[in-house]
Amino acid sequence: MTTTEPLLQVRNLKKYYPIRKGVIARTVGQVRAVDDVSFDVHPGETLGIVGESGCGKSTTGRAILRLETPTAGSVIFEGTDIATLSAGTMRRRRTDLQMVFQDPYSSLNPQIRIGDLLAEPLIAHHRLKRAAAQARAAEIIQVVGLPRLYLNRYPHELSGGQRQRVGIARALMLEPKLIVCDEPVSALDVSIQAQVLNLLKDLQGEFGLTYVFISHGLGAIKYISDRIVVMYLGKVMEVATTQEIFTAPRHPYTEILLDAYPEANPHLRDRPRIIVEGDVPSPAKPPAGCVFHTRCPSAQAICTTEIPRLSTDAHPVACHFPLLASKNGKVES
Amino acid sequence: MTLTEKPGTAGTADAVVPDSAAAALGRERSSAGFVVRRFLRHRMAVAGLVIVALMVLTAALAPLLAPHDPNQIFGSFEAAPSADHLLGTDAVGRDVLSRLIYGARVSMSVGVGAVAVYVLIGVLFGLLAGYYGRWVDSVIMRITDVFMSFPYFMVILILVSILGPSLLTIIVVIGFLAWPMIARLVRGSVLSIKQTDYVQAGVALGYSTPRILFRHILPNALSPIIVNATFGVAQAIILESGLSFLGMGVRPPAASWGNMLSEAQSITVLSSQPWIWIPPGLMILLAVLSINFVGDGLRDSLESRSYT
Repeated sequence: MTTTEPLLQVRNLKKYYPIRKGVIARTVGQVRAVDDVSFDVHPGETLGIVGESGCGKSTTGRAILRLETPTAGSVIFEGTDIATLSAGTMRRRRTDLQMVFQDPYSSLNPQIRIGDLLAEPLIAHHRLKRAAAQARAAEIIQVVGLPRLYLNRYPHELSGGQRQRVGIARALMLEPKLIVCDEPVSALDVSIQAQVLNLLKDLQGEFGLTYVFISHGLGAIKYISDRIVVMYLGKVMEVATTQEIFTAPRHPYTEILLDAYPEANPHLRDRPRIIVEGDVPSPAKPPAGCVFHTRCPSAQAICTTEIPRLSTDAHPVACHFPLLASKNGKVES
Repeated sequence: MTLTEKPGTAGTADAVVPDSAAAALGRERSSAGFVVRRFLRHRMAVAGLVIVALMVLTAALAPLLAPHDPNQIFGSFEAAPSADHLLGTDAVGRDVLSRLIYGARVSMSVGVGAVAVYVLIGVLFGLLAGYYGRWVDSVIMRITDVFMSFPYFMVILILVSILGPSLLTIIVVIGFLAWPMIARLVRGSVLSIKQTDYVQAGVALGYSTPRILFRHILPNALSPIIVNATFGVAQAIILESGLSFLGMGVRPPAASWGNMLSEAQSITVLSSQPWIWIPPGLMILLAVLSINFVGDGLRDSLESRSYT
């Protein structure tokens, strides 16, 4: 996997939102939604981005697709930095990168029938004429497991899971290389989540897709991802394969995040848990040094002053005192 | 319906819903049908719509319906209603009924014409201001502020007196002065709609800005525009009547409800010849009231709908 050229390279991506005050809208501060994030996505893999609310994972996804203009940094897709392309060039380039949205109730235009929704991307990019595009829509809707008769329906006539299938079908219409899935299952019933995840997995095999899968749900992330990026307060904490993250996390935050994941086996629920104090600090005033030091159980003096850099080894981690790889005992280096 | 989805059925089409069940659940096939049904429940609105439809028909078929030429002068002036002149004749000896029927043309064309002009301008500016934001928004909104701080009727009077009173002038002047309301309305809708995921999806799919604006944003912002435009028609009719009454509107030989009313400026007409001024007054009242009821009905049926 690492031998291939990355499909997408995110380098030092930053997205700051100005905080304005007063009549003249003076900028008084910045919300650092995404602060110096870098990672690679290889062709054919699923990269999971996990973190709690407000950690910047969705903003990262939207910045990759340039739905948000990055404050700084580059998004290199197949060798081109798409963060700096002109609007017109970017518009044509968008066919290679697609998105599946979180809320299937608001991601489909309520005024347009499913068939037209699916055919529109092909017509808009002058790939096919209307009739041919409709025929293609009829093929794709079956690929995502919906009957053709739904082509004549309006979005409000479909259930959440069905709509999300339409959202996925729409993202497939232009035959993209990369799909950013922004919490694609968290708005769905638990019973539907697995179906949609399976659909995404099947489609990946069938169309050779690459996913960036954003979620706060560890279950979905674990199920679908090959590698995982753990984010906290706009920064990358750790990057590793799913196996490594779940069995041998190196960042204290990852360990705490995993620990908060409910145990399915009731007999194992008695084990002691790591209790974290306090709330996530405001991204408008991130703590000095390591952003996690205010809540980290193993924080030392250096953590409050010096920002830990993401290590460059096979299992990158941004911590002055990463945990050693052993499942039960935690040994600090 | 979720029961019909089986896990891991991608690539196959075995999640088929029985057609009859789907049809039963999907009675509300289109949002249009839903709106029509809600509108029909509003009785005054339906009555209003019928009256407006009749008025439009009357205006269109005026030459067939009018018993006389509206400008033909008969020997008997200020004659009371009779078999020959159902609503009598006016001070110059013209048939009041025929003038009333032709007057509908003026009112309907001013109402629809002026509103068409200002909805077009307002929608365009509103879309641009709301979608592009930043300085485009600031500039357009400051222009609307300036327009809205004018004493509306005075400006119309002055403009009409400069341009010369005529039907076309009234349509154009009202059209160019009344757009800021619509622009603000559209801007507000666009601001919220452009944040929705389906517009973001449009951007992600690489749609052109006109496609996003006119196919994805405008249709979803249409309800308040339609309602506002309906009330606008009624307002334009009143404005035209007022201007014609003051002699700044449609010029006398041509018939308009407003200039027919102006004959009631004479006290003898007002006190002893009610057939000259009551019919046009009633028609204005009826037209405005009906249109306002239609607007009410549209507001109730369009703006409270939900798709989910």
